[in-house]
Amino acid sequence: MSAADLSPFNSPFAAGTAGPSVRAVKDPFHGDLLEVSMGPQHPSTHGVFRMVVTLDGEIIVKLKPVFGYLHRNHEKIAENTSYLGSMPYTDRLDYLCSMTTNWAYALAVEKLAGQAVPDRAQYLRIIMAELTRLVNHSCLVGFLFNDLGTSFTPLLYAFREREKILDLFESLTGSRMMCNYQRFGGCRVDPTPEWLAAASRLVDNFPRFLDEYETMLTGNEIMLARTQGVGVLDAAKAVNAGITGPCLRASGYNYDVRKVDGYGFYPRFDFRVPLGAHGDTYDRYMMRVLEMRESVKILQQAFRDLPAGPIMDPKSKLRGFRPKAGEAYGRTESPKGELGFFLVSDGSPNPYRYRVRPPTLINLTLLEDMCLGHTIADSVVILGSIDIVLGEVDR
Amino acid sequence: MSTPATPSPASAPQPFPAAGNLSDAEREELRRHGILLTSLEELYNWGRSNSIWPLQFGLACCAIEMIAAATARFDIARFGAEIFRPSPRQADLMIVSGTVTKKMAPQVVRLWNQMPEPKYCIAMGACAISGGPFKQGYNVLKGIDRFIPVDIYIPGCPPRPEALLNGLIQLQAQIKGERLTGPGAARHVRSDVTSEFPVPEYGEHDLSPPKNPAVWQPAPSLVRPTKV
Amino acid sequence: MESLEQIRDRLLARFPGASVTLVINPGAAAEHSLLLGAAHAVEMARFLRDDPALQLDYCSNATGLDWPDKEIVETKKLSVADPAGGPAKIVEEKTKRFEPGYLEAVYHLYSMALRHGPVIIRLRTGNRTDQVTLPSFTPIWRSCDFQEREIFDLFGIVFAGHPDLRRILMWDEFKDHPMRKDYVDPDDYEWEPTPHDRVLERAKAHYPVPPPAPAAPVSPTPEAKP
Repeated sequence: MSAADLSPFNSPFAAGTAGPSVRAVKDPFHGDLLEVSMGPQHPSTHGVFRMVVTLDGEIIVKLKPVFGYLHRNHEKIAENTSYLGSMPYTDRLDYLCSMTTNWAYALAVEKLAGQAVPDRAQYLRIIMAELTRLVNHSCLVGFLFNDLGTSFTPLLYAFREREKILDLFESLTGSRMMCNYQRFGGCRVDPTPEWLAAASRLVDNFPRFLDEYETMLTGNEIMLARTQGVGVLDAAKAVNAGITGPCLRASGYNYDVRKVDGYGFYPRFDFRVPLGAHGDTYDRYMMRVLEMRESVKILQQAFRDLPAGPIMDPKSKLRGFRPKAGEAYGRTESPKGELGFFLVSDGSPNPYRYRVRPPTLINLTLLEDMCLGHTIADSVVILGSIDIVLGEVDR
Repeated sequence: MSTPATPSPASAPQPFPAAGNLSDAEREELRRHGILLTSLEELYNWGRSNSIWPLQFGLACCAIEMIAAATARFDIARFGAEIFRPSPRQADLMIVSGTVTKKMAPQVVRLWNQMPEPKYCIAMGACAISGGPFKQGYNVLKGIDRFIPVDIYIPGCPPRPEALLNGLIQLQAQIKGERLTGPGAARHVRSDVTSEFPVPEYGEHDLSPPKNPAVWQPAPSLVRPTKV
Repeated sequence: MESLEQIRDRLLARFPGASVTLVINPGAAAEHSLLLGAAHAVEMARFLRDDPALQLDYCSNATGLDWPDKEIVETKKLSVADPAGGPAKIVEEKTKRFEPGYLEAVYHLYSMALRHGPVIIRLRTGNRTDQVTLPSFTPIWRSCDFQEREIFDLFGIVFAGHPDLRRILMWDEFKDHPMRKDYVDPDDYEWEPTPHDRVLERAKAHYPVPPPAPAAPVSPTPEAKP
């Protein structure tokens, strides 16, 4: 190995991920460095994510993410299954927010087959997606504080709210997490008026929970010291690296697929896209809190305006579904970023190619850039603020 | 639901050896008069079964339900198992919560080897039992019991937190039935059985070996005889 | 935004000698794409990113596609005049045509600055075995970094100019490219009570077929779980 190979500054993409979990490496500039393998079994890597970190003391000089520990061949299995048969697998893709993943897939298939969706189903989709956003963001904040060292307490509050929403999902779809709710051309079950009343009550009470949460967390001194100025992400760099979702908007770049593409009935809703100013971990945390408040606004409008009518397009066909040959790319704003499905059909009942554009995998592109120069404890917080879920990173 | 890895005839309910041939009813009668009769074995197993420390080890979707089991509504602390340890050296129980991929399998086996005896394994969810919905994947291990012995299987995709609690209660019952001496003694008091298992290596097309025949054997026959 | 034909014409005017073809998508989505020749692909991609009217600064999705070798049988009906003077016979003539396969990389480009898109560009390899090198777009859009590594891992397209081309999802020792259509996965379905016939057939190969059961008393076959 030449000296150039060892330098952490020769390229942001330098190789070297195999080997023992901790080893000493020499570097012409830094002297003796330590290479530590964090993960795949690590309490703060949110699953089986692994990163190989090279440390100068406690300071990170190089960080290489290693993927694939949860690569469960979703795309290959989907090529051998019918279009509808892949819908339950999309639940397990991002297992914290199955409803939005369902919707993204249904959207891509509807685009591929040119199907329409009735109005009531469009509203129901928005209700489910925004409820999911509340679940995801509140859990994310809980996990982020876990990484900051407040062992478990904020997570207990977050899971208390999550359980309430999961109860709604369960009474509607039969499953807590794996809802399998969307269909091509509509939704699977129509909620009863009692369900809608209960959901509306929950949403009306949600800001109180947010206030309680924020009172404890947002102004917390340790939280401010640990997150402000940590892991700053530059907006131009983020665009080039394909960062989407709250991570991009925390850097001050206004790009929300709900507004840009206006898929579903989102153009009918009055909501704002929160933007950050600094792109640091604190802004990414605030994005989540502010987005939850906007989601509450969307949900209240949706409950108010929900029209009556069918929830399935009468022309849609679930059995024997064979879209014409062609391809389509459908993308949605999932709570974690832009979630897209690229489908290629050859006219047979199974997709010829089924590709998931995972937001979290691509949001990790700049993890190294965000972590360089910070301590190893900060890398955990930065990773927590990106909001990854391994089912989607590795698929 | 529960399948003990080494079913021993001694684990059947028997009168308590150290307490003579007293039945449970007689012991209960004595207890009401203020006399507590027990044995070291019973006391030891009672203590162990009520403070199981699981490994903080989440693989996939089921890990979220495992976290939910630890939160306020389900509260796994009622069963003494709330102390999730990040280090395998401090853990008694490995909850394999989620899909074990072939890339992850060597690490899971290595973690199991790093856990000290007595140790137990719960396969939580369809994926950990058999590969589940992802069984046809090229990178998915068809059940963690191909490499390490599993004490409790919890079906579900993902199992509800209540199901995990039920699995934990069954594991407690299994621990309470373990013997410390004799031919049917538990694994951790015996010197003739190993608690470490060979770690598979990454091969060119698959893991090598793809399974541990000492731990797992396929069923004797799967094919139904042709109908006449 | 300009139409794809306009973009193609501008690319051809800017890069004489480059090959740009419009690929029509017959499906309902009608998302047509541009097939770029590999030789000038990187310059054309940089042009697409930096052109003020397009500003395709965001590569959303990069993925691979596998099109295996195909043998196409074409049937032609010819009427042959009967030399004996009878009515003309209709003879079917079958011609076999070999269509070589290729691998394809597809990129979905959007403009975050101007909020338009997608513009879909495709690159094709020469074949599926030895000419599998394509230019990498990672220097232009860094979001292609992990996605191109994934295409390399799962499809086997080698991206020249990628700064760190290693396997990403499978382990380094792995030899196959599992998302190719002709990939055969390891045969480890030993015990499988499954409704999937294909899997069941493969699992059966691991077990001897028992002799046929005696006819009169139907004895339950042992189907023990391990």
